[in-house]
Amino acid sequence: MSVPHALLALLSEGPKYGLQLREEFEAGTGEVWPLNVGQVYKTLGRLERDGLAESEGADHDGPQKRFRITPRGEEALAAWLRTPPDLSSPPRDELVMKVLVAARVPGTDAHEVIQAHRLYLLELMQQWTRLKEGEARDDLGLALMVDAELFRLDAVIRWLDAADVRLARAAAEPPRPSAAPAPAPRLRRLGATR
Amino acid sequence: MTPPELGADGPSAASVLELRGVSKTYGQDPARVHALDGVDLSVRAGEMVAVMGPSGSGKSTLLTIAGSLEDPTSGEVLVCGMALAGMPPDRKARLRRRLIGYVFQDFNLLPGLTAAENAALPLELDGVAVPKARAAGLAALEALGVAGRAGWFPDQLSGGERQRVAIARAIVGDRRLLLADEPSGALDSVNAAEVMRLLHEACQRGVAAVVVTHDAQLAAWADRVVLLRDGRMTGATTRPPGPESLLVPREIR
Repeated sequence: MSVPHALLALLSEGPKYGLQLREEFEAGTGEVWPLNVGQVYKTLGRLERDGLAESEGADHDGPQKRFRITPRGEEALAAWLRTPPDLSSPPRDELVMKVLVAARVPGTDAHEVIQAHRLYLLELMQQWTRLKEGEARDDLGLALMVDAELFRLDAVIRWLDAADVRLARAAAEPPRPSAAPAPAPRLRRLGATR
Repeated sequence: MTPPELGADGPSAASVLELRGVSKTYGQDPARVHALDGVDLSVRAGEMVAVMGPSGSGKSTLLTIAGSLEDPTSGEVLVCGMALAGMPPDRKARLRRRLIGYVFQDFNLLPGLTAAENAALPLELDGVAVPKARAAGLAALEALGVAGRAGWFPDQLSGGERQRVAIARAIVGDRRLLLADEPSGALDSVNAAEVMRLLHEACQRGVAAVVVTHDAQLAAWADRVVLLRDGRMTGATTRPPGPESLLVPREIR
């Protein structure tokens, strides 16, 4: 998640105070992503330094400053919206690791491990769905967030289902006679230390 | 309105549907197939249970047995506390018509009938007097928020309204048990979720529902998700805490 760009997006609606930005950020994400005040001012400071936002100092005497987006800030925001996030490298996923380990540790039933995670994920999905049923009905920001989370968890469950089938099949089949030992393909970054 | 089948003692337990050690096999040895293998499941009034599993796991068999359309090879099935085993066929058919509602994948509304007539149809088929059936049909449409479309024909309704009429027809009268097999079939995910929302709301008004699906996002609408695999129940979610646990409490920020 990019806090600087989220703040720029809020400033693109008009000049705002720091506290106001924090409130609007949290409301806009259905209060699922908390943001502390220090983080807001630190980010605003950086935006100001980079010329993407500026404070209205001169016409305002109070302790609080209002911030506004600059033309460069608007350009940066538009460019960021269209820049693909880095999804090219597989993330080092804890659950994937657990299943990989469960498949190798003697005496461990990988199916049982998978089942425990599947049930936990379903319970989590039930919780998110209760949000969708209630609070998210009239809160577009929250509804979008909840959908994103549900699709993500759904994908993890589907991966578990596929892993379950794959492990069962591997257990049923004798190992294939290996041909000449070829170097195993390595995924970019996955095996390397990060 | 108490269905006559309930008798003087009424449903002894709060369980609307109870499966006890239900097994179903098809074919003969050695080609015998165990579609269901010792399934225990109890669904209370007001509760929505989703049955999830890969294809061939026994989901649909479970639903046809729960709906009394097929008998188990062994085990007991109770609907509203009444054991189905040994019940005369006509009595079983009556129980099925009066207590159980079905939601079909494609909704199956009859094109020549208005929304109100469609909703009242199960009661009319059961021999309920037309005015009484129509009144109940209208009440069901009301509960689903489509009473304003009572006189409209299916082809005049939007997709969402058709869904609502189909669910109204499933709950019309005094149905206690809703059975749904992949109820949102070919719908897009937002409309599929809407069907689940409506079914869950119907449960909150007191009916019990069993929804069979392979889709985790739809199953997550249920109060409890039961996992089925090779005819056996392999696990179930325990009642999850409310959604509050997902939100950040204000005081710790």
